[in-house]
Amino acid sequence: MPTMPAVPPQPGLQANGTPTPATASTNAPAPAPSEPRRTAFAEGVDRLRHAATTEPGRLRIIGAFLAALVIAFGAVTAWQTTDRAAAADDVLNKSQPLSSAAADIYRSLADANTAASSGFLAGGQETATSRDRYEKDIDKAAAGLVKAAANSDPDSPAAATVTKLNRLLPEYKGLVERARTYNRQGFPVGGAYLRYANEKMQNEMLPAAEDLYTSENERLRSDYDDATPYPWAAIALGVVVLAALAWAQHRNYRRTNRVMNHGLVAATATATVVLLWLVVGHTVARAGLNDSYDHGVRSLNVLHDARIASLKARGNENLTLVARGAETVTVKDADGVEQTRDAYDYDFQKDMKTLGAGLAEAAKLADDSDGEKPVTAAQGNMTEWQKRHGAARDEDDNGNYEAALNRVIGPENATGECFDSVDDNLATAIGHEEAEFEQAAGGGLDAMTGLPVGAAVLAVLGAAGAVLGIGRRLSEYR
Amino acid sequence: MNIRRVRAGLKGWGGVAAMAVVCALALAFVLLLPLTQSKGADGTGTGGQGVAHGSQARAEDDPCQDPQIKKAPEKQTLSPSGADGDTIKKIKAREGDKRKLIVGVDQNSYRWGYRNPNAGTSGELEGFDIDLVHRIAAEILGDPNAVLFKAIPTNQRIPALQEGRVDMVVRTMTINCTRLGQVAFSAPYFKTGQQVLAPKSSTIKGYDDTLAGKRICTAEGSTANTTLTEDQKAGKLPATAKIVDPVPNQLDCLVRLQLGEVDAVVTDGALAASQAAQDPTVQLKGDPFTTEYYGVAMNLKADDLVRRVNQILADYRKDTANGWQASYDKWLSATLDKDSAKSKPPTPAEYLRTS
Repeated sequence: MPTMPAVPPQPGLQANGTPTPATASTNAPAPAPSEPRRTAFAEGVDRLRHAATTEPGRLRIIGAFLAALVIAFGAVTAWQTTDRAAAADDVLNKSQPLSSAAADIYRSLADANTAASSGFLAGGQETATSRDRYEKDIDKAAAGLVKAAANSDPDSPAAATVTKLNRLLPEYKGLVERARTYNRQGFPVGGAYLRYANEKMQNEMLPAAEDLYTSENERLRSDYDDATPYPWAAIALGVVVLAALAWAQHRNYRRTNRVMNHGLVAATATATVVLLWLVVGHTVARAGLNDSYDHGVRSLNVLHDARIASLKARGNENLTLVARGAETVTVKDADGVEQTRDAYDYDFQKDMKTLGAGLAEAAKLADDSDGEKPVTAAQGNMTEWQKRHGAARDEDDNGNYEAALNRVIGPENATGECFDSVDDNLATAIGHEEAEFEQAAGGGLDAMTGLPVGAAVLAVLGAAGAVLGIGRRLSEYR
Repeated sequence: MNIRRVRAGLKGWGGVAAMAVVCALALAFVLLLPLTQSKGADGTGTGGQGVAHGSQARAEDDPCQDPQIKKAPEKQTLSPSGADGDTIKKIKAREGDKRKLIVGVDQNSYRWGYRNPNAGTSGELEGFDIDLVHRIAAEILGDPNAVLFKAIPTNQRIPALQEGRVDMVVRTMTINCTRLGQVAFSAPYFKTGQQVLAPKSSTIKGYDDTLAGKRICTAEGSTANTTLTEDQKAGKLPATAKIVDPVPNQLDCLVRLQLGEVDAVVTDGALAASQAAQDPTVQLKGDPFTTEYYGVAMNLKADDLVRRVNQILADYRKDTANGWQASYDKWLSATLDKDSAKSKPPTPAEYLRTS
């Protein structure tokens, strides 16, 4: 039985185990020891070996060993579950909200840019709705950035990205305001400012917002990874504790023929409770968290991506009319023949494909009718959008610019309506999935409630039981 | 003895001479390389659009080699005619809503071709160039509004014509000898020249040494960009003047100027005046330092269309009620001179191109 720390406190060991060379070295020269000193460890092993030759000594060793084992079990359980509960708490209250906030920042920025280009298409007399929408988006983005800044560790890449966005946002807003002023005066340089603002948004701000979203998602993923693995060390230790207690009781029975030792039985009971609580509690929590990931986070990611795709598509649809064929790309069609296409319309089609795939995926992931309904509705909106877009393109390709404009930003039967419906439906679906996430993750977190404290308290009780049980046997030798 | 010494001396110099020859060859190669490449770039427009046009770079095809063309490129056009040829017949054969003239224009040149933001949601383009387009459409298709406007950036004017994406480009496009190898031009319809635009408070006085150390903005594929690059090589522009990365449209230069990213803009005087009209704190500095003419650009093979447009232009100039002068008065007299004399192309136009 070589477990060193399990040695019960013994006066001789402590006296000899605490050498005092510090005081000796001050009086140089130190007197040489008359015989070679033995190490504290060797001394301890010797004493242990000596104690093990008598039954009380053995009992003392066993009692100390059992108590230490139970305490260690409690400590490891408390430590491992605290870690997991903290990670689960982060998932629910920190990283998931931040991941959603980052998605919202991206959405707000892209939507602001789309609103600005719609305003430009509408001419100098921008409608109050489109202006409000733009202002609200900017406010939301600014608020989201403050939140993201408060929750990111200083010097982290996320903090650098937030700083960059905080610097770019007022620059962008300044450019848009200039564009508005010039538009009102009837000068085309307003359009040039809007293009410049759009460039800043597309080339600097949106990529930064996407970085933020990606890094927040990574943090969420790593919090999940910290929260869900089984606490194997605690479980293994629990099994060892139970085995040791069983052995001790069996030994007791063999030597004394007594079936019950109250202290040891109490220790066994508490250890069993802790182990069961640990396994069941964690399994439930893990199930809740996994459920919140599979049915919440995965759906949310898909929905956020779909929403971003629809925003990009709307932005490109607007830009097709702003640019009027100014930008083209050469693409190969199915037969490998090169074709010149409008760059923005090409991107629009790509975004719509992404949106369609995202909606199909979201419909597959939706696990109840409440989650499925808005997604199905968005799919319908998208089909109608594609149809109206085609009609608008035909008008534009035939040189009927005004008619095309009406079909895109007009008050009735325009593609703008479809885009808004897609956006609203996706917002509903996101709200639903967020609620599902919170419920599942909250349930998971609740399953861990009290486990660390409970394990610690029960372990102390168990250890006390073990010591008392052995003490009872020991007292028979006095 | 002597001979040997001479020979030994020669041996030493031989190596030096060989090195000198190699150096000279390398230098010549380096100097010629940008020339051939710049021609290649002109021929292909931008961004790998027209690989097929590389043949334009061959020296015998370059109209700039002909001193007469280089001196007066604006005279290299076909004589006017009202007859319909293949190109016009194809345009007229377009059906229904598509029976329209497809014209590349600018929507950012104030008073030339721009979308008035206060015109509501009609999105109508207006300006001097746009008036001319409506006139051409009226003459060819019988309806001034039978036009499909395509807004094209400066550097896309030539590729758009070569690839047949537009029938013609009416977009303050300068007639020059390099472009004559790539597209066909009508007779000139406007006279202008490159000019410097800078803030009123700037120390820049014109196209001279006051530009030293200044950042200058030009549009990609514009005459200004080519002229400045060549002048700096030739030493006419101070070497310390920095020609910043060209922007897609001359109006983007005004944005950069207002944001303090550049110190001066060089563009056609007519367009510089449009920019100054949008911002009272900037002004034209010095006189135009080149003489240039705007022409309607068409595909190299569209001979009948070129002749027809020349006929329309001649009539347009003569029409005093609703022609050139009326359009000038409406759009340009406020930003340019009240008197249009400085902007009038030479009359009568000369038509020296025969094939």
